[in-house]
Amino acid sequence: MIWVNQILQGVLLGGYYAVLACGLSLMFGVMRIINLAHGDLAVLAAFLVWLLTERLGIPLAPALTLVLAAMAALGVVLQRVVLERSLRAGILVPLLSTFGLAIVIENLLFEGFGADTRSLAPAIGSLAYDSWSISDEIYVGRLSVLIFAIAVLLLAGLQLLLSRTQLGRSLRATAEDPDTAELVGINSRAVYAAAAAIAVATAAIGGVLFAMRAAFAPYAGPSQLIFAFEAVVIGGLSSLWGTLAGGIVLGVAQSIGAQLDPHGFLIAGHVVFLLGLALRLTFGSAEARGRLRALLRRSA
Amino acid sequence: MNRRPGIAIERWTPLSRAASAMTAALVAILAMAPLFLGANAIDRLTTLFIYVLLGTMWNALAGYGGLVSVGQQAFFGIGAYAAIRLSHAGIAVYPALILGGLLAGLFSLLLSSFALRLRGGEFAIGMWVVAELCHLLVNLDGLVQGETGTSLIALDAIAPGHRRDDTYWLALAAMVTLLALVFALLRGRLGGSIQAIRDNEEAAASLGVRVLAAKRIIFIIAGTGCGMAGALWLASSITFQPQAYFGVQWTAYMIFMALVGGLGTFEGPILGAVLFFAIELLFGASGIWYLVGLGAAALIFALFLPRGLWGTVEDRFDLRLLPLGYTVRIAAAAEPTAERER
Repeated sequence: MIWVNQILQGVLLGGYYAVLACGLSLMFGVMRIINLAHGDLAVLAAFLVWLLTERLGIPLAPALTLVLAAMAALGVVLQRVVLERSLRAGILVPLLSTFGLAIVIENLLFEGFGADTRSLAPAIGSLAYDSWSISDEIYVGRLSVLIFAIAVLLLAGLQLLLSRTQLGRSLRATAEDPDTAELVGINSRAVYAAAAAIAVATAAIGGVLFAMRAAFAPYAGPSQLIFAFEAVVIGGLSSLWGTLAGGIVLGVAQSIGAQLDPHGFLIAGHVVFLLGLALRLTFGSAEARGRLRALLRRSA
Repeated sequence: MNRRPGIAIERWTPLSRAASAMTAALVAILAMAPLFLGANAIDRLTTLFIYVLLGTMWNALAGYGGLVSVGQQAFFGIGAYAAIRLSHAGIAVYPALILGGLLAGLFSLLLSSFALRLRGGEFAIGMWVVAELCHLLVNLDGLVQGETGTSLIALDAIAPGHRRDDTYWLALAAMVTLLALVFALLRGRLGGSIQAIRDNEEAAASLGVRVLAAKRIIFIIAGTGCGMAGALWLASSITFQPQAYFGVQWTAYMIFMALVGGLGTFEGPILGAVLFFAIELLFGASGIWYLVGLGAAALIFALFLPRGLWGTVEDRFDLRLLPLGYTVRIAAAAEPTAERER
C-alpha cells in the first residue's frame, strides 16, 4: 500500500515538473535555445511574490497577477537583449550567455534576500497542508492535486494556443523554419519575443508553485532547471504532453527512490533521466526505430 | 607540398620563434621557483597553475571541440575522490594523486560513448546531471561521510615545506604536460579535424573526418586534465568536502577563464586564468558581488566579445604568438602568376 501511495505522490509531483518544464520545452521548440537561467527565473518570481505578499502586505491574487505580468515583460527583455544576439552568434553562445545570466540572478537574489529559506505556504493558509484521505494509508495533499490540475490546464491552454490561434500558427511556422516564415509575412522577431514571454511567465508559475509546496532559497534555481530539463528530455523534446509524461516518470522515480533510501530521491531521478537518454540514443534514430520494429515483429 | 613562387606557407614566424623560446625559458624559471620564492608565492602559483589547467581544458572542449559542458566538475571531484580512496588503500600519496587524475580520465573514456552522442544543450545539461549523480554517489561512501567530507591524511605526514614544493612541482608538471599535449594535438591532424567539427559537424563528416574519434580524444584529455586539477586542488587544500569539489561554480570559473581570455585560441585561456587569478586575489573577499561580476563578465563577453580578449587582439593585429596555425604570405608582385597557375 505504501508503494501505491508513493507512486500517487510521484504522479502528482510530475504535474509540478510539467509546469516548470513547459516553458523550457517551448523555448527549445521555437528558438532551439536551452535557457540555463530558467530555474533561476522561476526562483526570482517566487521571491518577487514573497516580497509583495509578506513584506508589502499585498493580497496573493493581485501579487500573482503583477508578478506574472512583470515576468512576461522580463521574457521580452531577455529575448531582445540576450537571446537575440546570442542566437545570431551560433549554437554555443546561448548556453554561455544564459549560464552567465543564471549566475548573476542567483547571486543578486542572495545579495538581496540573504541565505534564509522562505516559503509561500503561509500565504495560502490551510491549502498548504490540507489533504484528502483516499484510504487509511493514502492521503493526497489538496495543494498537490491543485498543482496537477494547473499543469493539465496550462498544457491544454498552450496546446490550444499553438493549434488554434494566429500566434500559435506563427510560433509553429517559425519553429519549423524562421526564414521561410518571414517570407510569408511572419515577423519572427515578434514571435520569438512572444515565445520568450510565455516561457518566462510559465517558469514564474512554476516558481510560485514550488514556493508554495516547499521552502526555497536563492540558490534553488539550478536544481529546478535540472528537474525541468529531465522532464523535457524524458518526455521527448518539444512535445507539450510529453513534458507531463516525462514529469510523471521523473516524479514517480524520485518518490520510489525516496522510499528505498533517504538519499534515493535525487539519485533515482538522475538515473532514470540518464537511462531515458541512453534508450533514446539507442532506439531514437530512424534506422534504430526500424530495427526496433523488426524486432517486435519477429517476437510477435 | 607544391611550392609556388611568391607564396609561402609559414608556421614559424620570427615572433612565434621568440614566443616559443620565451615560453621554454619561463617554464625553466618556474621549475626553479621554489629555490627563490617564499611559501606564500609558491602556494599562489600552484593555484594559478590549476586555473590555467582548468581554463585550457574547458577551452579545448568548447573552443575547439564545440562541446559546452556544465559538468566538468564531475572529473574534478572524481580526481580528488579517487586520490583519497587510493591513498586510503595504502598507495603512497603523490602516486595516488597522479593516479586519481588518470582515473578521472578513465571515467571520461567510459562516459564518452554515451555523452558524445548528445547534442548542444543536451550535452551541457546531461554532463551536469552526471556531475550531480557523481556527487550524490560519492556522498554515500562511508569514508567521505556525506557533506562532512574527509581529508588526505597521508599528506600531513610530510613536512609542510616539502609538501608545498612537491605539490608545486606536480602542478607545474601536470600543467605543462597537458598543455603541451593539447598543443601538439591541435597542431597535428586532429587540430584541423576538431575545428572542422566545431564549425560544421555534418560537413566535416562528409569530408571524411572521423567525428566521434576526434571528439573522444578531446573529451578524454579534458576529463584527465580536470581530474588532475581536482587531485592537485586536494593536494593544496588537503580537505575533501564533496560540495566544494562537485559544485557547479567550477564550471562558472572555467567558462569565465576560457570566454574572457578567448575561446578557441590556445593562449586565451592562459590569459583568462591569470586574469581570474588576479580578480580573485583583489575582489574574492567581496563575496557575492565578486560572483555577480564573474557571471556578468561571462554574459557580456558571450554577447559582445565572443572571441575574448586574446582572440580580439589576434584578429586586430594579426598576431600569432605560438606556432599553432599557418600563415599564408603572398608577395604582391607574384600574385598574378599564382592566379595563372591555378
